[in-house]
Amino acid sequence: MKGIFFTIVLFFLLASSFTTKQQPAIKASIERGQKVYAGTCLACHQADGLGVQRMNPPLVKTKWVLGDKKALAKLVLNGLKGGEIEIDGDDFHNPMPPQKGQLTDQQIADALTYVRNSFGNKASAVTAADVKAARGTGPATVAKTSAAPAVKKPATPGKKAPAKH
Amino acid sequence: MRYIKSFFILCSCLCVLSLGASAGGDTTRNKTTAVADDGGLTLPGSFTSVKFATDLGRARHLVVAANGDVFVKLDKLKDGKGILRLRDTNGDGKADNITGFGKFTGTGIKIKNGYLYASDNSGVYRFKIDEKTGAVDEASVQRIVTGLWDRHQHEAKAFTLDNEGNLYVNIGAPSNCCQVQDRTKGSPGIDPCPILDSAGGIWQFKADKLNQSYGQGVRYATGLRNVVGLDWNTEVNDLYVTQHGRDMLFQFNPELYDQKAGAENPAEEMFRIKKGADCGWPYCYYDNDKKGKLLNPEYGGNRNKTGRCDMKTKSIVQFPGHLAPNDLLFYTGNSFPARYKNGAFIAFHGSWNRSPEPQAGYFVVFVPFKNGMPTAKWEVFANGFAGANINRATYRPCGLAQGTDGSLYVADDNNGTVWKISYNGK
Repeated sequence: MKGIFFTIVLFFLLASSFTTKQQPAIKASIERGQKVYAGTCLACHQADGLGVQRMNPPLVKTKWVLGDKKALAKLVLNGLKGGEIEIDGDDFHNPMPPQKGQLTDQQIADALTYVRNSFGNKASAVTAADVKAARGTGPATVAKTSAAPAVKKPATPGKKAPAKH
Repeated sequence: MRYIKSFFILCSCLCVLSLGASAGGDTTRNKTTAVADDGGLTLPGSFTSVKFATDLGRARHLVVAANGDVFVKLDKLKDGKGILRLRDTNGDGKADNITGFGKFTGTGIKIKNGYLYASDNSGVYRFKIDEKTGAVDEASVQRIVTGLWDRHQHEAKAFTLDNEGNLYVNIGAPSNCCQVQDRTKGSPGIDPCPILDSAGGIWQFKADKLNQSYGQGVRYATGLRNVVGLDWNTEVNDLYVTQHGRDMLFQFNPELYDQKAGAENPAEEMFRIKKGADCGWPYCYYDNDKKGKLLNPEYGGNRNKTGRCDMKTKSIVQFPGHLAPNDLLFYTGNSFPARYKNGAFIAFHGSWNRSPEPQAGYFVVFVPFKNGMPTAKWEVFANGFAGANINRATYRPCGLAQGTDGSLYVADDNNGTVWKISYNGK
């Protein structure tokens, strides 16, 4: 009985120390990520994260951002040609430059943690280890089944809506 | 309790009465002006606007037939249609009969010699049209131009026609500045830029020949990154175009351009085009602060060097950076004051690459012209499209057309609104 009690106490102590240690770490990552975002992402995705209609996709409440961390990290590392992203029947056609030669694992992790916890988003942190793991896996696979299973099909038939200036 | 209830009933009655009174006031006021300025736009004195149509979706360019019907090109199908015909049957200045046809999306639309021309992102179609009745023969559709580059960026095939049976089509460059790795900091420009063989210019085709592509066309002008606004000026018989300048000067070269300079540069430029013109992209850009054409940093530019840019065709009007001129129209009507005759209206779609500076544009500009050349600085003609938040504009001007009565139509591709702007002065 005593043993069980101590185990429980120990568990809570460990858990609380874990969260108190984790929270400042995430907060610091978000703060660093905000700077990375401002320097590298904001020009296209905008200060409010809502992107530019038909050109640069929004980062708000979308599976592309809130879904699989590895797929997201790969997308940022390897970039996009344009046209791969579809949200609610709209395509986004500007290319996304690959960041693998521009940003470190930590910078990408911070930027993604910031994006996943800003503009109304709430999702788990991305770590440098997550990005490192994604780095070694070749070109980004942006197959809609793996990265964004719940993306809606366009409601209208015919050609996809293009990006426009 | 009963008293409270009565009190509320009384209040409601008073409200209804006061509403009725104010509505009556509005009606009286409307009688004094021929057309109520309910378009919500800011215009010069004696000009008024009405919303001719709303909620059309992605209304890009538009054209008015001789009978007054307005044809709008959509870049997203609406109820399965890519072209809408807006008709005002009761003459109240607003469309009350809207029909559609053409199952393709795109930007350009014009009427010439009994044909309605409309583009998708790889070429141009045409339909027979009876301009007296506005009737379009859908089955008469012909593919005039086909197989042009449609590679995500700058794929809109805006076009215009001259009076000698030629069609001028923009083939925008699928690139920002022809870098080895597009839109990537530090990536050099490819020299010579291979894109220019197939895009980054205006191609000339025959207006009545079927299935033309690169082999049958002529590269009429090159060095144009992306042109969405173009018009044939019938006064001087020349092609005029408005170019969308490059992005990312500040982001890629903060040592040369601060945040403000990156927002204001490069200029959006208007060119008067002669056959064979080279307007400089991707090697050159127009610097609004230095007042001249300079080498792009991707091609060794340091914000002072002009290099080969001295040899390029010079623009005739320069606008602030990133405003996105999406349509150009030389006004040939008679209902606007004389100073507007043969002048240029330009619809600015508005910017996105001015961030983190505030966005700008989202207006229609006028430039007075005489003998095919500008005679004064550009001025804002119609404003108020953006609404309360300039960074999230409500309406984005994209198309211009002249009405049979000399009015000016403006299309917005964010909400699908079409305004009719009229002059009511003496």
